[in-house]
Amino acid sequence: MSEATATPSAETIREELIKAYPSKVGKKRAKHILVNDPAAPPEIEANVRTIPGIITQRGCCYAGCKGVVLGPIKDIVHIVHGPVGCSFYAWMSRRNQAATGDGVQNYINYAFTTDMQDEDIVFGGEKKLAQAVREAYATFKPKAIDIFSTCPVGLIGDDVHAVARQMKEELGINVFGFSCEGYKGVSQSAGHHIANNGLFKNVVGEKDVAIDHPFTINILGEYNIGGDAFEIERILEKCGIKLVSTFSGNVKYNDIAVSHNAKLNVVMCHRSINYMAEMMEKKFGIPWFKVNFIGADSTAKTLRKIAQYFGDQTLIARVEAVIAEEMEAIKAVRTEVGGRLKGKTAMLFVGGSRAHHYQDLFSDIGMVAVTAGYEFAHRDDYESRRVIPSIKVDADSRNIEELHVEADPTRYAPRKTAEEKAAMEKAGFAWSDYDGMMAQMRKGTLVIDDISHLEMEKLIGFYHPDIFCSGIKDKYVVEKMGVPCKQLHSYDYGGPYAGFKGAENFYREIDRMIGKRIWKMIVPPWKQASPAA
Amino acid sequence: MLEMTPATSTERTALKINPAKTCQPVGAMYAALGVHGCLPHSHGSQGCCAYHRSHLTRHFKEPIMASTSSFTEGSSVFGGMANLQQAVSTIFEMYDPEIIAVHTTCLSETIGDDIPTIIGKCQNEGKIPEGKVIVHANTPSYVGFHVTGFSNMVKGFVKYLAASTGRRSEAVNLIPGWVEPSDMAELKRYTAAFNLPTIMLPDTSSVLDAPATGEHSFYPKGGTTVAQIRAMGDARHTLALGAWASSDAAELLTKQCEVPHEVLDLPIGLAATDRFISALAKLTGTAVPQGIEDERGRLVDVINDMHQYLGGKKVAIWGDPDQVIALTEFCRDMDMKPVHVLTGGNGQAFEERIKAILADSVPGANVKQQGDLFLMHQWIKKEPVDLMIGTTYGKFISRAEDIPLVRFGWPILDRVGHSYFPSVGYTGGLRLATQLISAIQERQDRDAPDHAFELVM
Repeated sequence: MSEATATPSAETIREELIKAYPSKVGKKRAKHILVNDPAAPPEIEANVRTIPGIITQRGCCYAGCKGVVLGPIKDIVHIVHGPVGCSFYAWMSRRNQAATGDGVQNYINYAFTTDMQDEDIVFGGEKKLAQAVREAYATFKPKAIDIFSTCPVGLIGDDVHAVARQMKEELGINVFGFSCEGYKGVSQSAGHHIANNGLFKNVVGEKDVAIDHPFTINILGEYNIGGDAFEIERILEKCGIKLVSTFSGNVKYNDIAVSHNAKLNVVMCHRSINYMAEMMEKKFGIPWFKVNFIGADSTAKTLRKIAQYFGDQTLIARVEAVIAEEMEAIKAVRTEVGGRLKGKTAMLFVGGSRAHHYQDLFSDIGMVAVTAGYEFAHRDDYESRRVIPSIKVDADSRNIEELHVEADPTRYAPRKTAEEKAAMEKAGFAWSDYDGMMAQMRKGTLVIDDISHLEMEKLIGFYHPDIFCSGIKDKYVVEKMGVPCKQLHSYDYGGPYAGFKGAENFYREIDRMIGKRIWKMIVPPWKQASPAA
Repeated sequence: MLEMTPATSTERTALKINPAKTCQPVGAMYAALGVHGCLPHSHGSQGCCAYHRSHLTRHFKEPIMASTSSFTEGSSVFGGMANLQQAVSTIFEMYDPEIIAVHTTCLSETIGDDIPTIIGKCQNEGKIPEGKVIVHANTPSYVGFHVTGFSNMVKGFVKYLAASTGRRSEAVNLIPGWVEPSDMAELKRYTAAFNLPTIMLPDTSSVLDAPATGEHSFYPKGGTTVAQIRAMGDARHTLALGAWASSDAAELLTKQCEVPHEVLDLPIGLAATDRFISALAKLTGTAVPQGIEDERGRLVDVINDMHQYLGGKKVAIWGDPDQVIALTEFCRDMDMKPVHVLTGGNGQAFEERIKAILADSVPGANVKQQGDLFLMHQWIKKEPVDLMIGTTYGKFISRAEDIPLVRFGWPILDRVGHSYFPSVGYTGGLRLATQLISAIQERQDRDAPDHAFELVM
C-alpha cells in the first residue's frame, strides 16, 4: 500500500515497462504494450508465442478446447486421453454450471480419463482409449462421447479420430475426437478454434426440426460461469425470445444438434466462438452479430438489437417493457453503489472477451478502466474485425485447421435476404461485427497483450487501481499488495454477473471488495504514523 | 448429485472416473516452493504450469510463483532446448532467484529432452549468474502420481546439492513428506523442543502461509536455503516421514553422503506420533520433554472423553498413501471402523499395510491402491458409512449420499485452516480428533427428534 502519487503518463509507464526487460525481450514486448487511441487503434501484436520464463497467465490448447468450449455440454461423456493431470485439473474448476432434472443425463461433476501409463506411451494408447470408450458406454449409455488429446497423444501418434470412428460404428452413438494437444498454437485460443471445428463437423446440423416460434436464437460463446446463462435464459424468456441452444453453457447434446434451425446467432465471447458463427452463416444462412449481456446498459442494448433484427413491433414493445421493469428493479443499488464508486479505477487483464465486456459493467457505476488487455485474444479483439484480412498467419496458427465451408445444398436458407441485410446496414445495423476493446477505451489508456507477472506488479505500482481484475494465479499476489482482485474467470465463486440481476450482484460485489474495512487494518497500529480513522 | 453413478460396480481396466490423484509435476512444484529463493520451472506446455499454479493457489489461497518453457508445436518436434535456455536467461534477469528447480512434464519426457545437458549448456554459455544454481527432476506425468513428483523433486535437490565435506555435523535431516506449511512448522517445534539441530527439506512454512503486509514478497522469508541443502550431506542422520514422499531422498543421502536414515510414518495420530517422538528421544539420547508428554496426555484424554461418538463408527478414507496409512491407524485406535480405504496412488505396499492395520478390527475392509472416487462412491452405496475423510473432491459423494465429510489431504479447495493449523503431532491429532467428533455430533444434532435433542454431549 504505497502512498498515492500522481500517475505518470501512459507513454512513460510504457517505457518503464519495456526498460525493465533484457533488451531483446523488451523489444518483443514493446509490440504488445500500446498507448490507446480509440479513433485510430494502433496495431498490436497478439496471438503470438509467449517468451519462455516470463511468467504468463496463459494456459494451453487443451484447456481452450475441453475446458472452455466442450466441457460445459452436460450430457456428453468427455474422455481425456492422456496422463491423469489434464483431466483432473479441468474437473469442476471452471464453474460452468448445468441444471439437472427432467431426466437429463448430467456428467458435469464427473472426470473421465484414460490415465495413460508409461507402457501406453511406449506401445501406444489407442487400444486403451477404445477400451475406455467401451467402458464409458457400458456404464453410462450416454448420448455421445468425445475424446480430447493431451500432449503425449500427438507425439506418440495415437489416432484418436480413427478410434472415435471405430467406436461410433461399434456402439451406435456419436463418438468424436479432438486433436487439441496442449502444445498446439500459443494459448487456449488454438483450442477454441479446434473445438469449433469439431463441434461444427460432428454435431451442428445433425437434426433438422421445425421450431414453431417466430423469434428463435442461439447464443454463442456463453459458458454459464456462475450461472450467467441462467440469468440470460430468464431475460430472454421474459421477452418472448426462444433460445434454441447456447454454445455451450447449460446445454444438452441435442440442443446443439438442432441449433442450425434457429433464425439468428448472437455472439458473446467473440474470441472463443466467432469461427462457429461464421461457419453457420456460410452453411445455413444464419446471420450473426456481436452482443454483450455483461452490464445492465449493455444487456438493454443487446435486447434492443435482437428485437430490431426480428423487426416485430410486439416484440420491440415487449423488450422495452422488460428493460424498463428490470432497470427499475436495480436502479436503487446502481445509484447507491455508483454514488460511492464513481470515478474509481479498474485494471482488467483476463481472457479473450471479459477484459472488454466487464468494462461495461464498471461503466454502469461510473468506474473507469485505466489499463486493460487480454490473455489470449487476437488483433481483431483489440482493433476490430476490420483488421482480420491484414493479420499475418504465422507458423503457430497455420497448424490450426481452417475449415472450408460451403452453403448446404438443401438446407442453406438465408434468414435475411442480401437486400434486407443491406438496407438494415444502411440504417446503422451492424452485421458480423466486433469493434474490439480499443475503440471503447479512452485515449491515453494503456492496452497490453499477454501481460507478464513483472508488468502486472509494475503497473499496479504506477496506477494504484481501486480494483484489479484477473484470475486465480494473480489473485493473491495482487491482494498481498493491498489491492482488491476480482477473479473474472471463476468470479471468486460468486455470480451470476450477466444480465440485470447479475449486474446488481456485481455492483454489490465490487462495492464490498473495495470497501472492506480490513484494507485499513493491514498496517498494525504501532507502525502507523497516525491512528486509523 | 452424481445421479449417473450406478450402485453396482463393473470392472474397468482402461477408464478412470473421478480420479483420486493427479500427475507428478504439481508435487515437484510444491516441493520446490519449500526451498528459499527458488523459482519452480515447468518444462512443458504452458497449460501444465497454469494448472499447477492454479490448483496450488486454490488450496493455499497464496501466490504460487512458477514459470514455464511455453512449448509450441515446433519445440515439440525439435526439442525444448531453446525454450529452456531462453527461460533460464529470462528468469535470472527478471526474477533473480537463488535457484531454479526445473521439473519435466509428459511432453518433454516423451520427446526425451535431456535436462542435465541443457543445464550444462546454460552454464557454459554464462546464462547462470555466479553463485546461482539450477537443479532438475524428471517427473513424467505417466509414471506414479503427484506424490512421486514431490519425492523426485526433493531427491533432485539432494542429488545436485547435498555433499559431504567429511566432517559430520550434529544436525539431523528431516524430510517432512507432503504436509502443510503448518505441519512443517509444527515438526520444527518438536525438534526444537528436543534441542535437535535440524535441516528440514522442503519447508513451506513462512512461504505458503505468508502474512498480509501490503507488499508482495516474490520469495517469502521461509524455505530451506541452498546452503542448508548442501549441509545435509554432513548430517548425522536422516528422518524421512512417509515412505511414498520421503524415502527416496533419504536413501539417496545414504548412498551419496553416507548419512544413515530411517523411514517413519507421517506422525498423524497418536501411535504414529509416539513413534516419531520416540525416534527424536533416541536420536538425542534425552527424555521426552514434559510439555510434549502433556500434549500427548491431552489427546488421550479427549479421545477417551468423547469415545462414545467415535467407537464403532464406520468411516471411508481416501487420499495419498502416507496420509491414509496414518489416518487409518489413528481411526482404528479410536475404535472407528475404516471400512473403505483407497488411494489413487500406486504401490501394492499400500494395500498390504492397510490390511495389516485393520487385520483385527475390520478384516473385510475394502482396500485399494490406484483406485478412484467413482469406485469409492460405489463402495459407499453398497455399504454406507457414518463419516468420510478425504479431499474436497469427496464433497459430491458427501452430498449425494448425505454423509458428513472431514476434509483432509491435498487438495482442499473449499475450506481454509489446513495451512495454518497442523494435523501432525499430538496437538495436530487433537485438532483432527475434534474435527471428527464435531462432524459426528453435528450430524446427530441434525437428525435428532426434538425430544432427544441433547443440550450436553
